[in-house]
Amino acid sequence: MNLMSFFQRRTSAPVARERLQILLAHERGVVGGKSDLVAVLREEILAVVRRHVSIERDGVQIKMNRGADMSTLEIEVEIPAPASAGA
Amino acid sequence: MAKVLVVTSGKGGVGKTTSTAALGAALAHGGEKVVVIDFDVGLRNLDLVMGAERRVVFDLINVVQGDAKLNQALIRDKRMENLSLLPASQTRDKDALTEEGVARVLGELREKFDWIICDSPAGIERGATLAMRHADVAVVVTNPEVSSVRDSDRIIGLLDSKTEKAEKGERVEKHLLLTRYDPARAERGEMLKVDDVLEILSIPLIGIIPESEEVLRASNVGSPVTLNNPGSAPSKAYFDAVRRLKGETVEMTIPTDRKGLFGKLFGRRAA
Repeated sequence: MNLMSFFQRRTSAPVARERLQILLAHERGVVGGKSDLVAVLREEILAVVRRHVSIERDGVQIKMNRGADMSTLEIEVEIPAPASAGA
Repeated sequence: MAKVLVVTSGKGGVGKTTSTAALGAALAHGGEKVVVIDFDVGLRNLDLVMGAERRVVFDLINVVQGDAKLNQALIRDKRMENLSLLPASQTRDKDALTEEGVARVLGELREKFDWIICDSPAGIERGATLAMRHADVAVVVTNPEVSSVRDSDRIIGLLDSKTEKAEKGERVEKHLLLTRYDPARAERGEMLKVDDVLEILSIPLIGIIPESEEVLRASNVGSPVTLNNPGSAPSKAYFDAVRRLKGETVEMTIPTDRKGLFGKLFGRRAA
């Protein structure tokens, strides 16, 4: 056992605090108030895009990041190559 | 008119039942008429912590279903005459609690008591939402531990959306009770500090219950810690919390159990 690591034991509480802050910022957005905003958004975007292009269910990725000053909503729609798109 | 207080938390094992008994006894000690109700159907424990396990004849479900009268099910504490217990059923199906039944029982209790303290089951399912449904005040019990803090955040969300008050556009008064706190470990950076938990959960603090052997000692003998050893550190913290519940301004301190040199050398930690 490294003797130095015994004396320089890293404190764990700051790690716990940071993990919680990140986790809860995310969970509050998803769970709190309106039930599962991201899932609802995903279904609706999927429906709109499907009116024009045939896409797979998992072709829509939505990420929501909540920051102190600014939040971002990242939407990624994967459209298959024209050949396979067919319809 | 009585105040309905729910003692809740998302996670199990953080001290809801201990806190229900301790707060109930401390309120009763101040002369208030108090009833504590166990909502944990199937896993009742409040009767055991209160030392009344052998006196249970009828329970909450009997009253909800109309098989027994409220007076038959209420168990008056042997130490304090203004403290009563309404136990949970251990054998009956937990779905036997109906929303109308609970509302009726609470309505009857409101006329008899000053404080109705509901010991919630852990989790976010029906039992927990029924326990908090009619609450005026909520005490959210949290350990300085990540899973407990996260689950408390969920419960705070439920208090703001699934209660009668929330549905009427009012607010349930929410308070944080931090239990099993060890100031020395927090100071060394090995435990979340009070301020960390407060910043994350952002509800007002009603008390800090220090980690103490007294808590286990009291539950071993079936006595709320505030009755068993009123001078002990956790008891003092619960008594202070009760004063704050009643609206008094009390300086927030973390009481400690004084240990002599002998105790320090040979004392062992309770689990």
